[in-house]
Amino acid sequence: MTRIFDTPLYPYTRHPDQDAAKPVRHPVIIVGAGPVGLAAALDLGQQGVPVLVLDENDKLSHGSRAICFAKRTLEIADRLGCGAPVTDRGVRWNLGKVFFGDRKVYEFNLLPEDGHRRPAFINLQQYHLENDMVSRLRTLQAEGAPIDLRGGNRVSDVAANPDHVALTVDTPDGPYALEAEYLIACDGAGSPTRDRLGLGFTGRVFEDNFLIADVTMQADFPTERWFWFDPPFNPGQSALLHKQPDGVWRIDLQLGWDIDREKEKEPERVRARVRQMLGPDVNFDLEWVSIYTFQCRRMERFRHGRVLFAGDAAHQVSPFGARGANSGIQDTDNLCWKLRLVLAGEAPDSLLDSYDTERVEAADENILNSSRSTDFITPKSTTSRLFRDAVLDLSEHHAFARPLVNSGRLSVPCAHDGSPLSTPDALPTGPTRTRPGAPCPDAPLGNGYLLDDFGNTFTLLAIGRDAPGIQGTTPLSIPDITDALRTRYLGKADSALYLIRPDQHIAARWADASETEIQSALTRAKGGQP
Amino acid sequence: MTLTLTPNIDAPDDLYADLLAAHEGLTDDQSAALNARLILILANHIGDRDTFRAALKAAAPSA
Repeated sequence: MTRIFDTPLYPYTRHPDQDAAKPVRHPVIIVGAGPVGLAAALDLGQQGVPVLVLDENDKLSHGSRAICFAKRTLEIADRLGCGAPVTDRGVRWNLGKVFFGDRKVYEFNLLPEDGHRRPAFINLQQYHLENDMVSRLRTLQAEGAPIDLRGGNRVSDVAANPDHVALTVDTPDGPYALEAEYLIACDGAGSPTRDRLGLGFTGRVFEDNFLIADVTMQADFPTERWFWFDPPFNPGQSALLHKQPDGVWRIDLQLGWDIDREKEKEPERVRARVRQMLGPDVNFDLEWVSIYTFQCRRMERFRHGRVLFAGDAAHQVSPFGARGANSGIQDTDNLCWKLRLVLAGEAPDSLLDSYDTERVEAADENILNSSRSTDFITPKSTTSRLFRDAVLDLSEHHAFARPLVNSGRLSVPCAHDGSPLSTPDALPTGPTRTRPGAPCPDAPLGNGYLLDDFGNTFTLLAIGRDAPGIQGTTPLSIPDITDALRTRYLGKADSALYLIRPDQHIAARWADASETEIQSALTRAKGGQP
Repeated sequence: MTLTLTPNIDAPDDLYADLLAAHEGLTDDQSAALNARLILILANHIGDRDTFRAALKAAAPSA
């Protein structure tokens, strides 16, 4: 069987940069072509910022890896031009079942809010997401976007200088030198860039091993998320079963700390475990098996001069809650418009400091949530197991205990309450969810959706009134107020003005504002002093 | 809601006897599990986080 992730997708070819007399300098170089690096490349490239992506291999992610993509990620993918293929391919699910021992204790429905273009979550193998992103990258290239993706290019040295970053890149033809005005390190949890710059990465190690297996089977399990605490087929541990496209099921089995990792990966041993879980009558094939341990940690700062860290290179979380890849793509959403403005001379370099402030805030939120899930799933003491089991026991008969069950708090975007780019709230009766710093919630609009109308610029959104023309903003006037717009954007107010950043986070909002006030908010949102 | 730390139980001896009776015949492990469930049920009844934290503080071993 040929698997999509075994085929070279962007094989090495020699580039003229390798024969240049002196190192060629690029405005932005991205290290790593995983989902985070590719999102950054699409974002910058489609805005006309020349961008070069270096990846040490030439293939998609090996195995499913990240499998759960949240609405915010899909909305970002929409802005990047690949939201539709990604969402269409993904498996949608709303129903979850929780098992404790040999019994189902309860089930839940995510009950996603109506009036959003994208679902709360889809399940999709990481390689499919990457494949759709590479397809989009090829389309943009064909349209003339300045994106260069070089496979078989391994960064072997990095030196950060005041006015540029110097790189040495190994290739099958030998090494060559490059320079970048800015470097975005998206080279994963083991980030070689981070190591070469001697930067720390500290946090909490969880002493546990998880076996993850992708199995293909023709079985009529429903499209649901099943989570087991202490099941008979994996006593004392946890298990997860999740459906992916193409008849592939993802199985996560907690193994504990004291195991022989190599032995646990032997196909016969994995098959025996899976057979115990699925029962003797289900025929299945193993597509991919891996064992992982995880840590919750982050770099102290995500910006180091001209080097910016994004995704797992900057922060790592436990897998519960799908907060890894989702938050990494949000990093690039936050970074790319800032980088474009700084490179164009339209914003001070200090705007990039707000990337650090905002995404450290988000990383801390993700680490907090995923650590709490981990503490519930794998209790660290007799007492913590006692309370965990008490919650699960009670959840079978009493609704009050169900919100305490924590098998992962699914990724939602961070509202940047501490953002230096936000202007104090001037719509005090407005909804909390659309306060300055928060991401814009979608809403139906005409035959489409609100977020469709936001581009890569600052938007001045006027609801129930006209948007004034302010230089540097794109006006969007919505005179007709729908219920969804009222609930999400007005609250008790009759009309409102919102200044929305290119990453669809809210910079300011007012019941009414003068031109000067709007201009001041815009200056502040671009990192300036109003 | 402030935490009540003054006498608030109508029939203290009866209530105390109920508590002991619930544990009668249980192993230590079963008793510990019952106590954990009981704490969670009472915590939900209180609901308010500040009140619960005040109770945690009052219950903590004195220094």
